[in-house]
Amino acid sequence: MENKNYNDIPKEMFEFASVGDLKHDQKLDTKPIGYFKDAFLRFRKNKGSVFAAIIIGLLVLYAIIAPLVSQFTVSYNDVYFRYTLPKSPISEALGLDFWDGCEEKELTQEMFYYYYAMGEETGHNAVKNQTYSRYIKKDGLKATTYYRFRLDSYHSNGVVFKNVTADEYANIQKYQDETGVQVIYPITEKSKRPTSAQDSTNANYWFKTYTENGKTYVDFDDEGNFENIYRRYTGRDGYTSTVRVEGDTPEYDYALANQTGYEIRVNYYEYYIYYHTYVLNDGISEPMFLFGTTNYGQDIFTCLASGARFSFFLAIVVTLVNFTVGAIYGAIEGYYGGKTDLIMERISDLLSAVPFMIVITLLKLHMGSASNVWALLIAFFVTGWIGMANSVRMQFYRFKNQEYVLAARTLGASDRRIMFKHIFPNSLGTLITSSILAIPSVIFSESSLSYLGIINLSTGNITSIGTLLSSAQPYLTTYPHMILFPAIFISLLMLSFNLFGNGLRDAFNPSLRGAED
Amino acid sequence: MYMFKYIMKRLGLMLMTFLIIMIMCFVLIKLLPIVINVSIGQDADIIKAQIEARGYYDPIPVQFVNYIKRIFQGDFGIGVNMPEYRNQPVLDVFLEKLPPTILINIYSVLISVPVGLGLGILAALKKNKWQDHTISTAVMIVISVPSYVYAFLIQYLFCFELGWFPLTMNSGYDYFSPSMFLSMLPAVFSLSFGSIAGYARFTRAELTEVLTSEFMLLARTKGLTRSQATVRHALRNAMVPIFPMIIGEFISVLSGSLVIEKIFAIPGVGKLYLDSINTQDYDFFMMLSGFYTFVGLAAGIVIDISYGIIDPRIRMGAK
Repeated sequence: MENKNYNDIPKEMFEFASVGDLKHDQKLDTKPIGYFKDAFLRFRKNKGSVFAAIIIGLLVLYAIIAPLVSQFTVSYNDVYFRYTLPKSPISEALGLDFWDGCEEKELTQEMFYYYYAMGEETGHNAVKNQTYSRYIKKDGLKATTYYRFRLDSYHSNGVVFKNVTADEYANIQKYQDETGVQVIYPITEKSKRPTSAQDSTNANYWFKTYTENGKTYVDFDDEGNFENIYRRYTGRDGYTSTVRVEGDTPEYDYALANQTGYEIRVNYYEYYIYYHTYVLNDGISEPMFLFGTTNYGQDIFTCLASGARFSFFLAIVVTLVNFTVGAIYGAIEGYYGGKTDLIMERISDLLSAVPFMIVITLLKLHMGSASNVWALLIAFFVTGWIGMANSVRMQFYRFKNQEYVLAARTLGASDRRIMFKHIFPNSLGTLITSSILAIPSVIFSESSLSYLGIINLSTGNITSIGTLLSSAQPYLTTYPHMILFPAIFISLLMLSFNLFGNGLRDAFNPSLRGAED
Repeated sequence: MYMFKYIMKRLGLMLMTFLIIMIMCFVLIKLLPIVINVSIGQDADIIKAQIEARGYYDPIPVQFVNYIKRIFQGDFGIGVNMPEYRNQPVLDVFLEKLPPTILINIYSVLISVPVGLGLGILAALKKNKWQDHTISTAVMIVISVPSYVYAFLIQYLFCFELGWFPLTMNSGYDYFSPSMFLSMLPAVFSLSFGSIAGYARFTRAELTEVLTSEFMLLARTKGLTRSQATVRHALRNAMVPIFPMIIGEFISVLSGSLVIEKIFAIPGVGKLYLDSINTQDYDFFMMLSGFYTFVGLAAGIVIDISYGIIDPRIRMGAK
């Protein structure tokens, strides 16, 4: 039998174990995936929601950046550039007949001549490229000639009469000499201007006309050209600028002196540039309205962006406050249950039965028109948190009897600790989703309220999408661009927020996928 | 018996809620300074004396008691600030404004319920086929886009470009004449779009859930054809939560939509409400607030109760 009794093993038999032989638990190569990481991974798979998130990002970016880069402000307006159509520099550069600030027009001969003559005089073509087509419409025995052309809304003001002081007059001439741009055009002879009431103060009749039955008709010369009615040169017009219209070797007068200064004819487009770059220096270089202008002559691009910025700001503040209040209220309700729950539930029931419209109206009437923003905020706070409180309450009922809560309580955790360290984080996913979905509904309510005129936000330097929509509505048929851009913006916003919210819900709570509530 | 008790309890609770809200509203309105706008040729002092005679400068509790007393006599106050309704009883004006609002909403419900349910059923039956995808996408878009946007779209396309309908609703009182009906249609369509989408989404969700349940399998194993099983079993069960929704809709037709009424210039309750706010005509405002609150509460309670009536399995109030 072998001797297994190793009593004295010689020292040499022992070997040192090398350090490398030690066996440890293998380190995890992969990163741990937490709750939020998991949700994010799931969310990323949902292409529609990711796309929606990108759109939201772009819209937010637009709301933040556009008012900063735009040359206009919300309080800016110009009565001559009212109802101006959208124009983009790209289509101007490419010469496209789209988004070019022009409008397809079919007008009678006299109206056409009126616009055509503008381009003839100043070179600022109201008729785009001075191109047009002619057709004859027969109505029984009467045949009327119509002209079809694209009317440029940036140049359709043509020239206007302006009463300026001597200083202003000199200043414009100085600008003309410095830039070589013609702003002032020769003044027309008073006696030769149209006599009908509606046309007698219109500066655009620089050509010879005759009036019949209260209507103004062009009186062409023998060769069929416009014949100007400029005032003959007297030298008393105080015009010293070297910039003169073509073929003028001083032949015409440029101003009529009156009691306060001079009456001059200025091309409004050039005058606008002069006034903003030379006099005001307010950063406006030329009239170029990407989304057109409103009935007050405000730039829609800027107004929409700052309206959107206000909406986002409001929605985020309201959601944050309601989230906090709702979470605390719902947590107390759900955790304690019983009588506390019953009483608190009655209070929130009562509040939720009050129509929102009544809350906001009462607040507005009590707080006066000066503090509409506050009235709006408070109205959203009064009833907004109830939905959140209800969903928090439900979550608390779901989790409060689970083992881990019991474990925490056994270990001596306080109520508050259990509520906010143990139960609350578990319900966070659902709550975040409902908060995100609350943002578009706040924006929608706000735009509806300002559309209805219950809340008036268009004071000073803020405006709202609803205000833009409501001021644009009377012009729906004549100037649809005024309503188009705000409507597209808000539709896009709502759509992407809903898609995004649905994606978030599916990501946080895969079991709910496909079930719409 | 449980049902009766439950209904009574709910009604009592509703009345209490209503009363509390109305008292709050009343106090808040009476705390506001009284505004008198007179048009040219009218004497503000006469109107002020009139208001004083009605006790509008008394202490608020006294006023409240008087208000309740008058309500039982059918007197909800008189118009003060809106020129066309000055000195007219609030109730009369309100009843005159009610028909257009109700009609437009009824038409809209009549369109949206069958169309919405139909689309929802189609989507559920053709789940994950192209019909379902098309309907679901359209529903998503219509639900998200604010109602006023497609109201503008309808107004621009159908009323202006195509000229099928007048731009706004005709004035007058012959609500059932063909031309009046035609002029109401754009508003009806704008209202029903949202509802159609809502019904379609809800029906689809309910029906797909029911279609995958066990008893449907049982019905098929018993030998029912697919359509038999769908119509007799699935649809009936899916209707349980949908039907109360429809009933609730019928109650809330009374309140209508302020935005749609404004866009299509409908001479309804919504316009009256907005005018009363803008002119600060408090008697109108008080009454309409009560009306809207009541309609909201009533719709809620009717929905709850009809659940129990439609589906005997849901015995609310049972211990």
